[in-house]
Amino acid sequence: MSEIKKLTSPLTQADVRSLKAGDQVSLTGVIYTARDIAHKRLCKAIDSGCELPFELEGAIIYFCGPTPARPGRVIGAAGPTTSSRMDAFSPKLIANGLKAMLGKGYRGAEVREALKKYGAVHFSTIGGAGALLSRYITSAEVIAYEDLGAEAVRKLKVVDFPAVVAYDAQGRSVYSS
Amino acid sequence: MRYIKFEKIAQIVESLCVSAGYELPDDVLAALKEAQRKETNPGAAKILNQLIENARIAKEDKIPLCQDTGLAVVFVEQGSVVAVKPPELDTICLMPDTRGSGDENRASRIEHRETLFDAINAGVAAGCEKGFLRKSVVADPLNKRENTGSNTPAIIHHSIVPGDKLKITIIAKGGGCENKSQFRMFKPTAEREEIIDWIVDVVRTAGADACPPFVVGVGIGGDFEISCLLSKKALCRNLAARNEDGFYAELEADLLSAINALGLGPQGLGGDTTALACLVETAPCHIASLPVAVNIECHSHRHKSAVL
Ligand code: SF4
Repeated sequence: MSEIKKLTSPLTQADVRSLKAGDQVSLTGVIYTARDIAHKRLCKAIDSGCELPFELEGAIIYFCGPTPARPGRVIGAAGPTTSSRMDAFSPKLIANGLKAMLGKGYRGAEVREALKKYGAVHFSTIGGAGALLSRYITSAEVIAYEDLGAEAVRKLKVVDFPAVVAYDAQGRSVYSS
Repeated sequence: MRYIKFEKIAQIVESLCVSAGYELPDDVLAALKEAQRKETNPGAAKILNQLIENARIAKEDKIPLCQDTGLAVVFVEQGSVVAVKPPELDTICLMPDTRGSGDENRASRIEHRETLFDAINAGVAAGCEKGFLRKSVVADPLNKRENTGSNTPAIIHHSIVPGDKLKITIIAKGGGCENKSQFRMFKPTAEREEIIDWIVDVVRTAGADACPPFVVGVGIGGDFEISCLLSKKALCRNLAARNEDGFYAELEADLLSAINALGLGPQGLGGDTTALACLVETAPCHIASLPVAVNIECHSHRHKSAVL
């Protein structure tokens, strides 16, 4: 197994440029959860010039809607959801500073273009391993769209969260076509 | 007539939902371990190991196997002499509304603790709440998309069978894999190979998005909706059990090898293990038709049964 690259959020342009598809990485720092409806709202906020619930510059968005935490726990199961459902929204967020996304599965052509154009990456993590992945999350707090329940935007603190670079900023992919 | 109490049914459904959320069924765990042992791609073997580890953590630490604890798909076989005994009036309490959202239905909640379907929905709602499962159901699909807040209504498939038992099977079905399921109407003259090619293509299209390794449910025959139903019903079967008809048992084996020959592998990152099993169910059909449906199920194949 190749060595694991340690990354800390927020990511810099240099971080992003150093990554290539297939690299194993571990993420430490703050990441934000957002799924379908949250993406729609974030894009609407950008279009109407409203303030976003978190700083996009250098940010990592995790496509995740966790299960409720049991009392005394930080979070429930917290694995990735299908990335391609966010394809229509991600380019706008990337153009506004988003540096990385974390999900499972493929990304469409527009997203891959945006990754190249603005210098950003897409990570994949283990789909269906929500129990295992929850162990890398040390805190969780809903910071926006609370009405969406599991789909609300959460600020997560993660330590050594495992992922692989699925699409890099040079247009390469870990998935064989 | 044999009466089974409403509460008893709700209780069993509740426990099936909770155990589905936290305990990977033995047949699935065994299939993962077997695949891990045989996998020749080291990266793929590592991922399979992580999935086995995930199942251990889920069970021991009481964290759901996956954050998508699924839509409750319930197959219920009701013995012909079995009836549901509705709750006594004095035990009626307010249940989460399972038929819609919003408080305008508050009064109607009481009336809905009566039928077998009500009991199942009451159990699903209780399982969701007490098991800390995710609420993954919206009441209106296109317009409001408001969460029902109870993971109900469940999808319920009901049939009457001979006997005095009530068999309930729950599949906690994830959205990511369900989204990749497909249907196609073939010509009645279609060759076996043509159908295999199409099914393999459905699996290829599902790819990394649907959390491979998969369990592939296939429904052949019936009509438009029956083939789809069969493809889901196939997922109720023990993964080690083959179709009883030799022709279809062989089809299952050939499909599984063709699917694994894709090389998609766990998480779509390459490997020998693209599917753990392929399960085919069939039904008679019209002379003009040959409907085929493929239900894609992820490795988090949570199916649980109980007989009352
Ligand atoms: S497809 Fe299955 S394993 Fe993957 S996220 Fe959905 S429910 Fe979980």
